[in-house]
Amino acid sequence: MSESKLKPEELAETIKYKTPNRNWMDQKVEMKPGRFSHSGVPKSVEYLQLPNPRKWQPTDPDWQLPENWKEIILEGLRDRLNRFRSLRVFMDICVRCGACADKCHYFIGSGDPKNMPVMRAELLRSVYRHDFTLAGKILGKFAGARELTIDVLKEWFYYFYQCTQCRRCSVFCPYGIDTAEITLLVRELMNLVGVNIDWIVTPVANSFRTGNHLGIQPHGFKDSIDFAVDELESITGIKVEAPINKKGAEILFITPSADYFGTPHYYTLLGYLALFHEIGLDYTWSTYASEGGNFGSFISHDLMKSLNAKMYAEAKRLGVKWILGGECGHMWRIVHQYMDTLNGPADFLEEPVSPVTGTKFENTTSTKMVHICEFTADLIKNGKITLDKSRNDNWKVTFHDSCNPARALGLIEEPRYIIKNACNHFYEMPENTIKEQTFCCGSGAGLGTDENLEMRMRGGMPRANAVKYVKEKHGVNYLGCICAIDKATLPPLMEYWVGGVEVGGVHELVGNALVMKGEKERTTNLRGEPLDGKME
Amino acid sequence: MNTLPEILAARKNIIVDKWAEAILSTYPHESLKFLSSQKDRFANPIGHAVRSSSEKLFDELVHGNDVEKIRASLDDFLRMRAVQDFAPSEAVGFVFMLKRVLREITAQEMTGKGQASFQDELLNFESRIDSMALVAIDLYMEAREKLSRIRIDEVKARSLLALSERQS
Amino acid sequence: MILLLPFLAILVIIVVALFGAAVPGLDFLFGVVFPYAAITVFLLGIIYRVLKWARSPVPFHIPTVTGQQKSLSWIKSSKIDSPHSSPGVVGRMAMEILLFRSLFRNTKMEMKSGPKLVYGSSKYLWLGAIVFHYSMLVIVLRHLRLFMQPIPQFVLALQNVDGFFQVGLPGIYVTDGLIVAALLFLFLRRLYDSRLRYISLASDYFPLLLILSIAVTGILMRYFLRVDIVSVKELAIGLFTFHPFIPRDVGVLFYAHLFLVCVLLAYFPFSKLMHMPGIFLSPTRNLANNSRMKRHVNPWNHPVRVHTYEEYEDEFRDRMKAAGLPLDKE
Repeated sequence: MSESKLKPEELAETIKYKTPNRNWMDQKVEMKPGRFSHSGVPKSVEYLQLPNPRKWQPTDPDWQLPENWKEIILEGLRDRLNRFRSLRVFMDICVRCGACADKCHYFIGSGDPKNMPVMRAELLRSVYRHDFTLAGKILGKFAGARELTIDVLKEWFYYFYQCTQCRRCSVFCPYGIDTAEITLLVRELMNLVGVNIDWIVTPVANSFRTGNHLGIQPHGFKDSIDFAVDELESITGIKVEAPINKKGAEILFITPSADYFGTPHYYTLLGYLALFHEIGLDYTWSTYASEGGNFGSFISHDLMKSLNAKMYAEAKRLGVKWILGGECGHMWRIVHQYMDTLNGPADFLEEPVSPVTGTKFENTTSTKMVHICEFTADLIKNGKITLDKSRNDNWKVTFHDSCNPARALGLIEEPRYIIKNACNHFYEMPENTIKEQTFCCGSGAGLGTDENLEMRMRGGMPRANAVKYVKEKHGVNYLGCICAIDKATLPPLMEYWVGGVEVGGVHELVGNALVMKGEKERTTNLRGEPLDGKME
Repeated sequence: MNTLPEILAARKNIIVDKWAEAILSTYPHESLKFLSSQKDRFANPIGHAVRSSSEKLFDELVHGNDVEKIRASLDDFLRMRAVQDFAPSEAVGFVFMLKRVLREITAQEMTGKGQASFQDELLNFESRIDSMALVAIDLYMEAREKLSRIRIDEVKARSLLALSERQS
Repeated sequence: MILLLPFLAILVIIVVALFGAAVPGLDFLFGVVFPYAAITVFLLGIIYRVLKWARSPVPFHIPTVTGQQKSLSWIKSSKIDSPHSSPGVVGRMAMEILLFRSLFRNTKMEMKSGPKLVYGSSKYLWLGAIVFHYSMLVIVLRHLRLFMQPIPQFVLALQNVDGFFQVGLPGIYVTDGLIVAALLFLFLRRLYDSRLRYISLASDYFPLLLILSIAVTGILMRYFLRVDIVSVKELAIGLFTFHPFIPRDVGVLFYAHLFLVCVLLAYFPFSKLMHMPGIFLSPTRNLANNSRMKRHVNPWNHPVRVHTYEEYEDEFRDRMKAAGLPLDKE
């Protein structure tokens, strides 16, 4: 519950107009439960050899920072200005035109003016001006400069862990200023003095050690894949092969770990298993690279690299020809825009060619990793699989473009093509809420934790609002998406705002519709729910 | 001399506008322009909810007083207030703003000829607003409880995962 | 205060200019020294800033993609919004720079509700911005007639188009009106919209006021308090050909105008006006969406700590073996 209580003299004020018209630099941030995430536990911080492991919470008055924390951050900023042209240019060229202001889902859902992307960036820019520009040094506050103080750092913590790096604002900025880039770099700076959140740090520590964010060890991984194989058999009557750590397989398949432990991700996993069996794919899972996602990218470029390194390393060790990647959001931003740069060149792999259709994936010739939607769309186009759309007739589907596949890859038509071929009822949400203008789930970039729930509900409200619209208009009851964080955080969002809408992957729909050779008559979908008219 | 129902019918637009304006003013001042001027319901769900709920609620108070309809109109809006930066009193307090707006609008009638019967009518109408506030409190609590339940479910799912991991 | 400061600054600049024009002997300073100094600061400043940006590498390939990628041959890719080749990038940058395409996205608005008209300040932002920038460009080009003899053909043509409405004498230029209107709009917008007032800094108001003062002094000179155009041209050509020459009686207003321009030029490299060259270096716009086709190289790609497969197998060997998973080392 909210802890703020009214004082008697304020009682009358609640029904009067508010006028807190102050300069934004003078407003201090107030940490309220439900609106921030807990700090990183020392064990995980230590394991990752990150600075300043200690027990602390953001609500503590004393954050137990190193004595020279300010110099560390400013030095870190100087270093990054020299290493990232993006940062230097973005610090200098904003004209505060306000085009981005109302594009952020957090701003739209809360009305908090510091959630305008321009303000989020100004939180850093003000410090940059103070210490790195002549005008800021001379004119100070009049040039929009301010000193880095503990209150500024607290504000950074609050607002840079309130950005999901969805990049919607960057679409509308006339100079392409990318708040995700600024957020990532400020989080790097904060991590230099040990200011981080546990929902990110602990998954990263897990992934570093066990290969996946959930910390599932190799035997646990095998158990859950075996379990899924059994479950698929009870639905389809077919026992599929699911090779793990198999050397010499043609393709290495990597998907977010939530797919084999989370719901509704799990049904998508069943879809993958069914599909790979049906086309006779020579592939392997890996326990060492058992994570597609990369929470390291929510801390720093270095940790992004260090977790991402497992993909190519494992592909090399197993001697596969190329890599296929499952449904995931930020994983795909990193694979598409960072992996080759960070850990390439992948000269030990071959240029990806579909073994089923012979299609060469021309857009992946260097990175050598193909998106499952590209792969499946190609199968469908070439008539290599048979889909019985009617098996998805109990679903009225809409599609939520996950931020990263939409705005980093431009993966827009592939999933739609698959959905339209896998089900009869598909309805788009309004134009300004999908494709490159898609609204975030509100929980990306490591913010999807329960203690941060209120903030997530605010941030996800614009998305939920659009879903509600198509639900009321068309009776939509299935929100399709291709991101593991979506699958984890859209269900509570739907429960709170909309009701009666299930969340699921695109390949769950494929798995439902896929006609498999030798299968028994399907009486249920992959969720074990009766298909219309088959049970009664 | 006009009776209250006549006034409410004749001045509906201005009352609803003022009320909506007052509700929006509970949001940060800096965002006011956006919330009140951006009319696209997807680009500005808060503003849209305020506008559409305030009108529906007013109509229901004047004509129907159907609790279910009032609940439905209040529901979306209180769900929003329940996760935004409001104390419970602030989250629900917007209902009472309608009283203030009414008193402002009817200042003349309150003191003019026939004021006694007018005041009676107004008091009557105001108790309907009070009842609406009680419904709003219910809905606010429902939203908060739903939040807690979602949170508990998430924690449970997480500890189950931790458990199964330890056992394996 | 944030508003007062820019106002005062403009006032001071104008007073200084008027003072300079009035005091005999200072006209050389204001007519020759300051212009040369300003243009030097302008050019060197811009070069310095751009080189400073350019010195920082582009470590990662991070375009913001706003359209369908090029993937399978039968899916139509968006060549401008998701360019996969250099011509596409050039097209995208051209759309951005010449048409302010990203700002234009704001105009898409459907499903209005409520009885009131849609304001969509964002739609007008695009309009205001494009009117201002193009008027500015035309006006700057028109001024070339003062620096060159004979006047280049395209300047005369431009002048004709701009003076299309042959109203009054001297003929009125459309851009003179447009630029003032656009500047007023951009200025009032910041004042009027609480959200924009919140984000605006003194350094956002100052350039608007500065350019507005330049436009107003220019218009005054042309239409109301005429200055001797022949003398102005003598001075301008003198500056341009490096034979500085101060004609007599150019007029006080002219010096105010010129000094304001000098301030603008000198201020430019240290301000947000650098968005003009900056847009060319913005990595979310000037890179092709081809990062899986072509490897992007990061010059400082330093090694990081990794958890190797060997370390992993060492830690979990027993459990992997028990689960029947293949091992590298038994």
